[in-house]
Amino acid sequence: MNALNLAVEVPENPLVPPIPELVIGLIAFFIVFGFLAKKLLPNINKVLDERRAQIEGRIEDAEATQAEAQQVLADYRAQLADARHEAARLRQEAQEQGATLIAEMRAEGQRQREEIIAAGHAQIEADRKTAAQSLRQDVGKLATELAGKLVGESLEDHARQSRTIDRFLDDLETKAASDATKAEAGR
Amino acid sequence: MSAETMLAFETDCHIFSGCGFDAPGLHNFVFEPLFTIGGFEFNKPMLLALLSTVVVVWFFWAAFGRAKVVPGKLQMIGEAGYDFVRRGLVYDALGKKEGDKYVPFMVSLFFFVWMMNIWSIIPVASFPVTSVIAFPAGLAAIVYILWVFLTFKKHGFVGAFKNFTGYDKSLGWVLPLLMVIELFSNLIIRPFTHAVRLFANMFAGHLLILMFTIASWYLLNGIGFVYAGASFIMTLLMTAFELFIQAVQAYVFVLLACNYVQGALAEHH
Repeated sequence: MNALNLAVEVPENPLVPPIPELVIGLIAFFIVFGFLAKKLLPNINKVLDERRAQIEGRIEDAEATQAEAQQVLADYRAQLADARHEAARLRQEAQEQGATLIAEMRAEGQRQREEIIAAGHAQIEADRKTAAQSLRQDVGKLATELAGKLVGESLEDHARQSRTIDRFLDDLETKAASDATKAEAGR
Repeated sequence: MSAETMLAFETDCHIFSGCGFDAPGLHNFVFEPLFTIGGFEFNKPMLLALLSTVVVVWFFWAAFGRAKVVPGKLQMIGEAGYDFVRRGLVYDALGKKEGDKYVPFMVSLFFFVWMMNIWSIIPVASFPVTSVIAFPAGLAAIVYILWVFLTFKKHGFVGAFKNFTGYDKSLGWVLPLLMVIELFSNLIIRPFTHAVRLFANMFAGHLLILMFTIASWYLLNGIGFVYAGASFIMTLLMTAFELFIQAVQAYVFVLLACNYVQGALAEHH
C-alpha cells in the first residue's frame, strides 16, 4: 500500500514550478503589496511624519519659550540699568540744581544784606544831617540868647543876627574841619 | 490533504510489528486538490498562500488602518516590524533617498514570505508554503524583473550589458571568459539560487520535522518508546529551530532583493 502510494503523484522534479501555484502565489503577493503600498504604509508614514513634526514642534516651542525668557531677562536687565542711570542722573541733576539754588540764594542774601546796609547808611546819614541841622538851629538860638543876655540888648535885627550866627558857625566848622585834618595828619 | 502525508498516523504501523518505516519524501509536498473549479485544482499550499495574504493584510490593517500619533500596542508592533525592514534592510542597502521607493515592496515581500514560512509550525496548516518551488520562484521572478528593468533604466543598453557581465578592461585576456561567467551567473544562476535558497531551506526544515514526527509515532512500540521520546524531543527542537529559520530565510530573501536592486542602481565601476 505504501509502495503504491509512493508511486503515485511523485513529481519528476521538485524544482520545476507548477504554473497554478505560481499564479496563485503572485496574486497573493500582489494583494499584499497593493494593500501595503497604496493604503497602509502611506498611512503609517503620514503618522510617523506627524509624530516627528510634533516632537520637533515641541522642541521648537521649548526653544522659542526659552529664547523669549532670555529676551525678557535681557530687557529687564537693560531696563534696570536704564533706571539706575536715570536715578543717578536725576540725583546728579538735583545736586546741581541744589548747588545752583544755594549759590543763587547766597548771592541774593548778599545783595539784600548789602541793600540793607546801604539803606542803613543812608538813613544814618540822613539822620545825622537832620540832627546837625536841628543842632545848628538850636546852637544858634542858644548862642543868640546867650549873646543877648551878655550884651544886654536884644538883637532884633534878624538879618544881622542870622548873618552873624552863620559866620560864627562857619568859623566853627572850618575850625572843626582843620582840627579833623590836623588829627588825621597827626595820626 | 493528501493521503500520503497522513499515512503514518492513520495506520497503526509501528516498529516490531512487521511494518516498514514510511519515510517522508517528495510525496509529502504534493497535495490532492481541495476542490476543482473548471479544471483548476485548488490545493492546500494555494489556500495557505492566500491565507498568508489575509493574515498579513489583516495584521497591517489592524496596526496601521487607523494609525495614531500615539500608537496602540498593535501599531507599536507593526511599526517595529516596518522599521526593521525599512531601516535594517532597505535603507542599509540603498540609502534613505534611493531606498524610500522600494520600501513598500520590500516590506510586503518580507512579511508575506515570513508568513508563508510560519505556516510550517502552525498546527493543522503545518506546511511551509515556500517549500513548494512555485511560490519562491514567483517572488524571485518579480525581484529579477525589477532588477533587470532597473539596470537597463539606469545604465542604458551598453551600460546594463557591462553591469551584467562585470566588464572591466584591466582584466586583460581573462575578460572574455569572465564576462561569459558573470553573464551566466547574474542572469541565469542568480534568480535561480535566490528562489532555491528559500525553497530548499523550508523544504529541508519541513522534511526534518516530518521525519521526527513520523518516527515518533512509528517507534512507539515496546522498548521503542524511548526512541520515540527522543524523536519527539527532536521534533520540538526542530520546530523551535524552524521558527528561527523561517524569519532568517525571509530576512535573507529580502536582503538579497535589496542587494540586487542596489547593484542595479550602483554606478558602474
